[in-house]
Amino acid sequence: MTKPAGMLTWKDLEIGSVVTEPGNASQYQTGGWRSERPIFDSSKCIKCGICYIFCPEGCIGQDAEGYFQADLFYCKGCGICARECWAKAITIVPEEE
Amino acid sequence: MAKRVGIEVSLAVAEAAKLANVDVVSAYPITPQTHIVEHLAELVANGELDAQYIPVESEHSAMSACLGASAAGARTFTATAGQGLELMHEVLYVASSMRLPVIMAVANRALSAPLSVWGDHSDVMAVRDTGWIQLFVENGQEAVDNVLCAFRIGEDPRVLLPVMIHLDGFHLSHMIEPVVFPEQSQVDKFIPPYQYPMPLHPDRPVTMGAFAPPIIYSETKKAQQVNLEAAKEVILQCWDEFGKTFHRYYSPVECYRSEDAKVLLLTMGSFSETAATAIDKLRTEGKSVGLVKLRLWRPFPFEEIRQAVKNASVLIVLDRALSFGGPGGPVCSEVRSALYGEDRKPKVIGFVGGLGGRDITPAGFEEIVNRGIEISQKGSDKEFEIYGVRE
Repeated sequence: MTKPAGMLTWKDLEIGSVVTEPGNASQYQTGGWRSERPIFDSSKCIKCGICYIFCPEGCIGQDAEGYFQADLFYCKGCGICARECWAKAITIVPEEE
Repeated sequence: MAKRVGIEVSLAVAEAAKLANVDVVSAYPITPQTHIVEHLAELVANGELDAQYIPVESEHSAMSACLGASAAGARTFTATAGQGLELMHEVLYVASSMRLPVIMAVANRALSAPLSVWGDHSDVMAVRDTGWIQLFVENGQEAVDNVLCAFRIGEDPRVLLPVMIHLDGFHLSHMIEPVVFPEQSQVDKFIPPYQYPMPLHPDRPVTMGAFAPPIIYSETKKAQQVNLEAAKEVILQCWDEFGKTFHRYYSPVECYRSEDAKVLLLTMGSFSETAATAIDKLRTEGKSVGLVKLRLWRPFPFEEIRQAVKNASVLIVLDRALSFGGPGGPVCSEVRSALYGEDRKPKVIGFVGGLGGRDITPAGFEEIVNRGIEISQKGSDKEFEIYGVRE
């Protein structure tokens, strides 16, 4: 798709709404579903990567210094990373904060 | 030379699918359709038809297998009836939404309960809104001709939609009728090879039937609606071309002795032939009556219906299905709706009859016409009447 979904008219769609661009699901902002978000405290983080392993969205990666961060474009705020973090380096806060 | 043979209509439908040189048949047997897929299985097993025959455990799977085959670029055929069509229900929407031209013969059958294997249009009406092109045939010849046309229409790059050919269970499917089969070479010329524009292929990956969030779903449905409406033009062209090639002509709405008639009877499917006999009799008695036959059910031929009935004062519609708690039969309801905005329109009188294989004889059609005329003059406190029911 050349345009974002919200810009497409019915005439822009492929026959049968077939998706012809492999991997374009990555354009879908699942972060829009979130009501809470994780805050990563790098002073407590031991860089073990357990949050990265458990994240069901696969949206946690390492920054330049090796600390883990969630990509909020995709993070749905499920809180699994905070529950699993051994060092208690992740807290979940409501979106409005 | 084309051959004229006496053949059971179910077998003739299977022979038509063979003439169309189908690649894949996936089906589950159900009365009164069984002979169609049984004969196709024979043709494949005997090596007379080079196709994949996929036996499955249910109609839901049959239609699902057909989707996969069609999406891979195969010419695909199946047949079902009644409960089988209902079991396919959710997959029918997927075929039309993904624009996969699966061709299906439906030997129309009543729905349970109580269990009835006999014919009516309850099954058709339950799948009315599934987005398929749907047409009715009256006799064996029409069934064969329209199975051939269905492949050409459905697979046309401007259409790419699945097509149902409705033939009345038993009343038509099990009759032995004279049928002219066109030559293979003529059929090969009439139906071009199927080329799906984006078939499933590892070298060109596509995703079919992916999810659509609220931001795009409405657009997909508008595209589908426009596409189905536009298919009518291609259907007309196909029937025109068929007529020029095979000298048998079809149209969305067909009229019999209706031009000057004050009272019109509207029917679908094989009962139309019986109704025509009644019309002849009533004409000899000096009554100004005619017959209108609705062939194309989806896309609905609004203009053709309006044209066909505009000079009549009474239009009697016979439905072979009941919309429980509703305004009567679905066909009557739609015809009435199509005429509502017209300045010149007949009074529409609805009858439901022929349910679960109950016959309507020529005398029965005379009764319906006479009762319809009576209601049009005296009025009725009912939305519709069920013909022939014992009170």
